[in-house]
Amino acid sequence: MSRIVNCFKKLELRGRKALVPYITAGDPTPAVTLPLMHEMVKAGADMIELGVPFSDPMADGPVIQAASERALTYQVSLHDVLEMVQRFRLTDKATPVILMGYLNPIEVMGYDTFARAAAQAGVDGVLTVDLPPEEGSDLLNALNGQLLDPIFLIAPTSTDERIKMITSNACGFVYYVALKGVTGASDLNVDDVAAQLKKVRRFTGLPVGVGFGIKDAESAARIADFADAVVVGSAVVQRVADNADSPDDIKTAVADLLREMRQAMDQ
Amino acid sequence: MSIINPTGSGKYTSVPDQHGHFGNYGGMFVAETLMAPLNELRQAYEYYCSDERFQEELDADLAHYVGRPSPLYFAEHLTEKIGGGRIYLKREDLNHTGAHKINNTVGQILLARNMGKKRIIAETGAGQHGVATATVAARLGMECVIYMGAEDIKRQALNVYRMRLLGAKVVSVESGSRTLKDALNEAMRDWVTNIDTTFYIIGTVAGPHPYPAMVRDFQAVIGREARKQIQLQAGRLPDALVACVGGGSNAIGLFYPFLEDTSVAMYGVEAAGNGLQTGRHAAPLCAGRPGVLHGNRTYLMEDNDGQIIETHSVSAGLDYPGVGPEHAWLKDIGRVKYASITDEEALEAFHTLTRVEGILPALESSHAVAYATRLAAGMSQDNIILVNLSGRGDKDIHTVAARDGIEL
Repeated sequence: MSRIVNCFKKLELRGRKALVPYITAGDPTPAVTLPLMHEMVKAGADMIELGVPFSDPMADGPVIQAASERALTYQVSLHDVLEMVQRFRLTDKATPVILMGYLNPIEVMGYDTFARAAAQAGVDGVLTVDLPPEEGSDLLNALNGQLLDPIFLIAPTSTDERIKMITSNACGFVYYVALKGVTGASDLNVDDVAAQLKKVRRFTGLPVGVGFGIKDAESAARIADFADAVVVGSAVVQRVADNADSPDDIKTAVADLLREMRQAMDQ
Repeated sequence: MSIINPTGSGKYTSVPDQHGHFGNYGGMFVAETLMAPLNELRQAYEYYCSDERFQEELDADLAHYVGRPSPLYFAEHLTEKIGGGRIYLKREDLNHTGAHKINNTVGQILLARNMGKKRIIAETGAGQHGVATATVAARLGMECVIYMGAEDIKRQALNVYRMRLLGAKVVSVESGSRTLKDALNEAMRDWVTNIDTTFYIIGTVAGPHPYPAMVRDFQAVIGREARKQIQLQAGRLPDALVACVGGGSNAIGLFYPFLEDTSVAMYGVEAAGNGLQTGRHAAPLCAGRPGVLHGNRTYLMEDNDGQIIETHSVSAGLDYPGVGPEHAWLKDIGRVKYASITDEEALEAFHTLTRVEGILPALESSHAVAYATRLAAGMSQDNIILVNLSGRGDKDIHTVAARDGIEL
């Protein structure tokens, strides 16, 4: 059983929803990432989404764009990110790690090489933002061959036909994009999301995570009412940015946010 | 007459497939939120391609607003000076707004209006596509937002002001390298946020399907006219076509209607900037490798980690790290040869054409002229070279003056 599936099973038994923070690997410096990952787990994260920096993050808002730019000043590469996961796994064998990023760095490394290296490093899932399933069969085969879960997005614009096609290709969980927009946008309508999730669940028994636009404990708790996982990206990365000068302050600020969210979600 | 002839049936014209693939290139590499709107756009485009009223309206706009057909001009004096093959110029510089870009924007904005969209967005590098978009938006009374890199805004103050005069809002893009590629990223972000109301007019044959095919079809009017004109004037097809390639829209517009004429050689000319060996250039086909950016797989300028690297060219319109996927395919199958011209060679051609023909070419088009003169020099007087003069050089006189050490 994959770590992701296992994680959702355990949470279900405890009646809890998954809290999934996102950070960009290497932001603001490469040394911050590994201790921050461990700190997030301590503060209540059930899985970690680790962003692979990319020069042209087309689907991201200003907060995560800036995180990529900070990491790229240290030339943080896909190789470096996999090495970080490998080091994380030395002491944490349980928390699933999902890589989130864009296709081109994977394309350059080669799909099979990447899938092997990711599996060896202890990666559990791969979300490639700019790779819809219709373009994804080669990468899917490579990921499936290494028992890595391909995570796909479903959007408010997705037709029934597309939801059916996407869920039939997905493993681990599916990621519902809560709004039309980029990461970190602010016009989240929780009732709309609830209605959309009902529709998604008609097509799949996989757990459904929700992300984009969740920025505080209150919105996390409201989404956790009906979603299986709450993904928090820009709100976490903003705290990294605000404390970029001090690794200790980053850990504290991020952990505080996650604890608030955890508490609100578990009530 | 049908103005848009979508995808043909020949060996070289039956691309892309229904998913937008030109061989291994092209496709739809975008986040899920954009997939349904792109499919909707594709369906609308296919519908209006065979709609007679749409065709008639586009035909009339091209004739009376853009000023088509553009002339094909025998550059007798340039030919004499070079002393080889005969050089003909397809005068896209004489179009309204001064470049080929408007062929595409008049088409896309009619599509936008027919789809019920109220708001137009576009990216621009040098500002030519921005101006061509702001122009047609002004004419149809639509809201218009143009994304432009902060660096380009500094370099192209005149075009920024032109767009504002036309009523467009010009948004300065401060992310990444603050140039054309970042403006495209930002326009995509706007589109994904405002899909219901907004139509995104991409200015070149890049981006996700259906843009590369759709923009090609709107630009193919260049090649269709040129093919008739050269046969009327010279009595036969040319031996070679030459066009500059940034994203590649003027080149594919000229090439496409000739692709099945296998006697016609074709040359796409990229910007070698300071020289390919310096790494400071914008020539992904000549010196890059395949990757995925801006919704399609194509040749890119990238580093060993897959990060997109900054490009350089004296001509802002060629300063782009990718290229249309159809060009990538035409390169691989060998139908079109891709070469490059340095900043210096382009500037020399700019001055030569200005002095001997009284035509100020855009710096982009000067790359094509430079390569054509090199080609002509190795040919006999019986040979014919047809060059796409994609735009006029008025916008570039500050750049040219600065290079010559003159302050205006």
